[in-house]
Amino acid sequence: MHALEQLTAEYARAKVDPAFAAELEGLFRHYIGRPSPLYFAERLTARCGGAKIYLKREDLNHTGAHKINNAIGQALLTKRMGKTRVIAETGAGQHGVATATACAHFGLPCVVYMGEEDIRRQRLNVFIMRTMGAEVRPVTSGSRTLRDAINEAMRDWMSSVADTHYIIGSVVGPHPFPMMVRDFQSIIGRETRRQCLEQLGRLPDEVVACVGGGSNSAGMFYPFVEDRSIKLTGVEPGGRGVKPGEHASTLSFGVKGVLHGSYSYVLQDADGQTLDVHSVSAGLDYPGVGPEHSYWKDSGRVQYTPVGDQDALSAFDLLAKLEGILPALESSHAIAQVVKTAGQRKSDEIIVVCLSGRGDKDVYEVARLRGETI
Amino acid sequence: MPFVTAGDPDLATTKRVIAELGGRGVDLIEVGFPYSDPIADGPVIQASYTRALAKKVHVAEIFAALRDLTQSEAKPLPPLVAMVAYAIIFRWGPERFVRDAREAGLAGLIVPDLPADEATELATLCRSAGLDLIELIAPTTTPERTKRILQTASGFIYCISVAGTTGVRDQLPVELKQQLTWLKTQTRLPLAVGFGISRPDQVESLRGLADGVIVGSAIVRHIGAISEQNAPTEAALRNVGQLADDMVAATHRAG
Repeated sequence: MHALEQLTAEYARAKVDPAFAAELEGLFRHYIGRPSPLYFAERLTARCGGAKIYLKREDLNHTGAHKINNAIGQALLTKRMGKTRVIAETGAGQHGVATATACAHFGLPCVVYMGEEDIRRQRLNVFIMRTMGAEVRPVTSGSRTLRDAINEAMRDWMSSVADTHYIIGSVVGPHPFPMMVRDFQSIIGRETRRQCLEQLGRLPDEVVACVGGGSNSAGMFYPFVEDRSIKLTGVEPGGRGVKPGEHASTLSFGVKGVLHGSYSYVLQDADGQTLDVHSVSAGLDYPGVGPEHSYWKDSGRVQYTPVGDQDALSAFDLLAKLEGILPALESSHAIAQVVKTAGQRKSDEIIVVCLSGRGDKDVYEVARLRGETI
Repeated sequence: MPFVTAGDPDLATTKRVIAELGGRGVDLIEVGFPYSDPIADGPVIQASYTRALAKKVHVAEIFAALRDLTQSEAKPLPPLVAMVAYAIIFRWGPERFVRDAREAGLAGLIVPDLPADEATELATLCRSAGLDLIELIAPTTTPERTKRILQTASGFIYCISVAGTTGVRDQLPVELKQQLTWLKTQTRLPLAVGFGISRPDQVESLRGLADGVIVGSAIVRHIGAISEQNAPTEAALRNVGQLADDMVAATHRAG
């Protein structure tokens, strides 16, 4: 608790410090390569035959996903707090890579906890993290995926909090993490809003993003929440079916509960035990979700809907063939939702999709599912 | 004060372990409700939770087993307190959980993942049901926060010996003694030290500073041998009994 109080206070000070904002802005621009483009997917639009589809290209960020926005922000905060070591958890490995990258940039030693099952699925990212100088510690407890990696990172932090900062990768965990991660990721929505006004002369009709823990979607939605006329759609991993254990659609099928220090929707049984989850995408494979998403669900501001493994895999192929863009399997869920619904809108309407990451990391898993070896 | 995981390897064995410990003169027994994501626990207790959950131990069955034990006509047991994650209490419903705990004969609850600031509702429910809500104090808990916690604490104070998770450790930190000495000036509640304690000499090193020690992983490891190493239940019970005897004797010497 002391660590969280200290972090809350330090973050509150950093948030209003122009020097912190200026340094972060410089890193966003010169290290990450922001702003990321807002791109008109013309051939995908033609195929869907309805609303114009724009992609917010977070896949073009340094390290290939939105995760770097938060990792750089929290690493900067780590330096500010005078802490000398960083730990992180990772599912798909994108947050692990982003954290290892930020730590290499700042010269901070870094330990990344990663489920054994995810290490198998994402060995490219494991190789990258190790090359960047991070130590990747396999997690063999429980389901050996993201949630167990979070458990292990929290355990590490309880004994190392004096000199270590825990860079959590999503809008989950205890306060102030959900708020802080959302703030660092809000650059996505702020840029999108400005780009829409500049490039299109107006705001979009709908904004779509995938939701696992919910960081790219929280960052994308937050600056649009007050624009009541804009429909916000969160796409959850529907997996193989609606039965418990077959999906990770926490908001669609979960109950109100407590997990990892926050009160939110959770996939759990009648005893409060966390259920195992499945998704073809390792980054969405989480049985909880950020508390703010739960609030947006209950207030009706955001609509959440599941998209299954097969539809996501089809969208992965479709975007590659029509646009020459290989999306992450996480982002493929959001693309699949738009492929389903864009045709129901008129051609002068606009949908923006957050393309949260690139799909290079997923080629081994997709090839395996196709029965190919690479 | 020993700690036992409910349902590892099964509830029938758990009942025997509790009865065995009760006969050895321990002051209190902690009963761990298995949880899927026990972030405050080290590998030994987590593994026992995973084993128990793999056998589908449910909260209702744990309450039933405890009710059997506390209502049986055998020798009276020391107080039993539940070590239980707030995720479980919340899902069960705090009011219903407290009622079921009282009916099962439990004397109190320890909720390691519920910060004192957010425990108001549960504390009120516990108080009206006559249950203690035992608060934890860590080495990183600041004096101001400790004072706030002590205002609502009851039963005893669970003093975490080291920053980190449960599990056997060789040495207890020097700062612990300072913290215990200071705590003694702040509260009349008994102080029990947990996390990392497994040997009688550690008990003796706390002479005059603490009123009790909590032994978790060392006991859970003996019980775990039943399913992990096919150890006979009788042998595991003997080992647990012996450890309890040694620790109780050390406590009396230290007291």
